[in-house]
Amino acid sequence: MSPTLLLLLALGLGLAGWLAARARAWSFRRASPDGRLASLPSYHAWYVALWIVLPVVIFVAAWSAIAPGLVTQAVLASPAADQLPAFGFQRQTILNEARAVATGAAQGVFNPLANEFVEPYRQAIGKYNWIGIIVTVLIAFLGGVWAFLRLKPDFAARNRVEKIVMAILLGASLVAILTTLGIFVSLVFETIRFFGMVNPIDFLFGTHWGPDPMANAANPDPTRYGAIPLFWGTLFIGAIIAMIVAIPLGLMSAIYLTQYANPKLRAWVKPALEILAGVPTVVYGYFAALTIAPAIRDFAISLGASSASSESALAAGLVMGVMIIPFVSSMADDSIAAVPQAMRDGSLAMGATTNETIRRVLVPAALPGIVAGVMLAVSRAIGETMIVVMAASTAANLSANPLESMTTVTVQIVAMLTGEGSFDHPATLSAFALGFVLFLVTLGLNFIALRVVKRFREAYE
Amino acid sequence: MVTVVHPNLTDTDAKMSARDVSVFYGEKKAIDNVSIDIPTKYVTAFIGPSGCGKSTFLRTLNRMNDTIPSARVEGEIMLDGEDIYRSGMDVVQLRARVGMVFQKPNPFPKSIYENIAYGPKIHGLAESKDELDAVVEKSLRRAGLWEEVKDRLQDSGTALSGGQQQRLCIARAIAVDPEVILMDEPCSALDPIATAKIEELIDDLNGRYAIVIVTHSMQQAARVSQRTAFFHLGKMVEYGRTSDIFTNPLEQRTQDYITGRYG
Ligand SMILES: Nc1ncnc2c1ncn2[C@@H]1O[C@H](COP(=O)(O)OP(=O)(O)OP(=O)(O)O)[C@@H](O)[C@H]1O
Ligand SMILES: [Mg+2]
Repeated sequence: MSPTLLLLLALGLGLAGWLAARARAWSFRRASPDGRLASLPSYHAWYVALWIVLPVVIFVAAWSAIAPGLVTQAVLASPAADQLPAFGFQRQTILNEARAVATGAAQGVFNPLANEFVEPYRQAIGKYNWIGIIVTVLIAFLGGVWAFLRLKPDFAARNRVEKIVMAILLGASLVAILTTLGIFVSLVFETIRFFGMVNPIDFLFGTHWGPDPMANAANPDPTRYGAIPLFWGTLFIGAIIAMIVAIPLGLMSAIYLTQYANPKLRAWVKPALEILAGVPTVVYGYFAALTIAPAIRDFAISLGASSASSESALAAGLVMGVMIIPFVSSMADDSIAAVPQAMRDGSLAMGATTNETIRRVLVPAALPGIVAGVMLAVSRAIGETMIVVMAASTAANLSANPLESMTTVTVQIVAMLTGEGSFDHPATLSAFALGFVLFLVTLGLNFIALRVVKRFREAYE
Repeated sequence: MVTVVHPNLTDTDAKMSARDVSVFYGEKKAIDNVSIDIPTKYVTAFIGPSGCGKSTFLRTLNRMNDTIPSARVEGEIMLDGEDIYRSGMDVVQLRARVGMVFQKPNPFPKSIYENIAYGPKIHGLAESKDELDAVVEKSLRRAGLWEEVKDRLQDSGTALSGGQQQRLCIARAIAVDPEVILMDEPCSALDPIATAKIEELIDDLNGRYAIVIVTHSMQQAARVSQRTAFFHLGKMVEYGRTSDIFTNPLEQRTQDYITGRYG
């Protein structure tokens, strides 16, 4: 029986417990002299229902992890197991075929020997299904009875439910944190493997990038693993060109919206601006590749540039800049709006114009928040993949000319992982090292930005 | 009902004069037909129960109400005989001539020096760094703050104590050499000692600038002002010499208010 069915069963039992507990709480209520309970009947009901469902959920999670192992063990204990090859691929194939037939996923087998195991599998699966169902019912029953017996007129079911809910929420947030940690750890492992093959110094400071996935994996050429051109391409596109677009436009729109726009206009423009952040980046990618890049190339050629390419850093950077305008503007907007009105009044009362007030008082006072917004935007930009994949190029190029094609860390991660190299080839593993560097840099930027924002919030409280 | 102006009030040199001024917030009338002459040489106090429109009226005197979109002013307000609400009036210049100090000290998050230098810089009042230094020192001296901060001019203005911050704000207002200084409850966020310092300062400044102060403290009005106007429900009920208003009010409502019977 599949975990889904077990869970449905648990929900059914939970519902039964819910109804029973509510009925009981109502009977308490009718019996009590003032018609009041310490907690509402629905809290009693939820308390019991949670005590039924949660243990079952935990059991089902554990059971679905261990049951297949138990089934295999039982099958191997059957008399036919003696005929199996001792180890290896074939043994596994035979068992898989038998299991597939036993569960009805396949009709017949290739390997005649597998037929011997179909029946043992059927029996084992059936047996453990029954065990699963019985244990589920048992756990649900025990949990339900235990909780049900605790119900009393003065039972603080409400506080208990509160605690259980809190635990569930905590569990949910742990999932996110543990996932991050897991990602980080796996990244670190692969990175260490890579650095075992290529010296970190060569990687971090080398100026030529061109891993060859077909070369001998045991003896990589360290001069082909210099990531500086990628770091440069990333910085140039994400932190320089994109910011030259995003900072002035984002800041000016924030100033306009907070200081000049009338409320009606603001109510329209601000969400419209924020929609920019919701456009899928791949759409920006089309736009960059199909519209902006050719336009820039034609423009460059008309100016007489010879090296104009249709995959320019400028195209990717410009579009990326537009994409992150909302990040800059919404943070700037928030922090300018957070500057106390008294500051603005003080300046206006000195005879400053709105414009002078903005330049000399509001923006300096809001600067930490604005800077934090820019840093978040930078970290977003350098982690961005789609736009550069579509509009920049895959050729590493260490150049300051925005019209030339360049590549970035993220593009190379994609290129290396989808390349022809085997998984343990240094060319493939370099993707993890690149990802690791990117992870550290964006983590650092986000960390600093959040600290700055926090300090800034405190400044006015 | 019209305002009762004490007959012995014979000021002839009005720095500012309001004629039939009404102020609306949207449809709501917050000030109803107020006329008053604010003398050049004296401190004028506005008193009255909360919400009667003292701040509103004060803010019309340097057009700070312009910053509130729903506010609308009717009537005439003259500064040296010139209507400050006429079209073509330079509000920026007006506010340099009629400075304002707020209830809560609001120094800019800049250095003490930059706080004072702010006005002179935007109005181009100092040609050189030396001149600016001189203006800063003079303003801080007048505000009685120089001795306390002269060694830490580069420290942030927000790092000062509340009373020092308020004197900094007064110094900031003085730095552009205004003709009138409007103060809206300048001591309400301060302790008695800091309050005494500000009152002393107002005394010192008296005569050099026309000063208008809004206050909730009868004692303060009695101590620092020579003229007092009593506001009630958007109207100015009574106006006269401070000594007369406090000892010999002509209106029952004034009498009730200053004896603490309501408000
Ligand atoms: N920005 C505004 N928008 C709408 N109504 C306002 C605004 N500011 C003040 N009012 C209203 O105008 C009236 C006068 O307010 P004002 O602040 O001038 O009173 P006040 O005498 O200064 O009171 P307090 O002594 O409490 O400071 C009040 O009824 C107030 O609700
Ligand atoms: Mg007020």
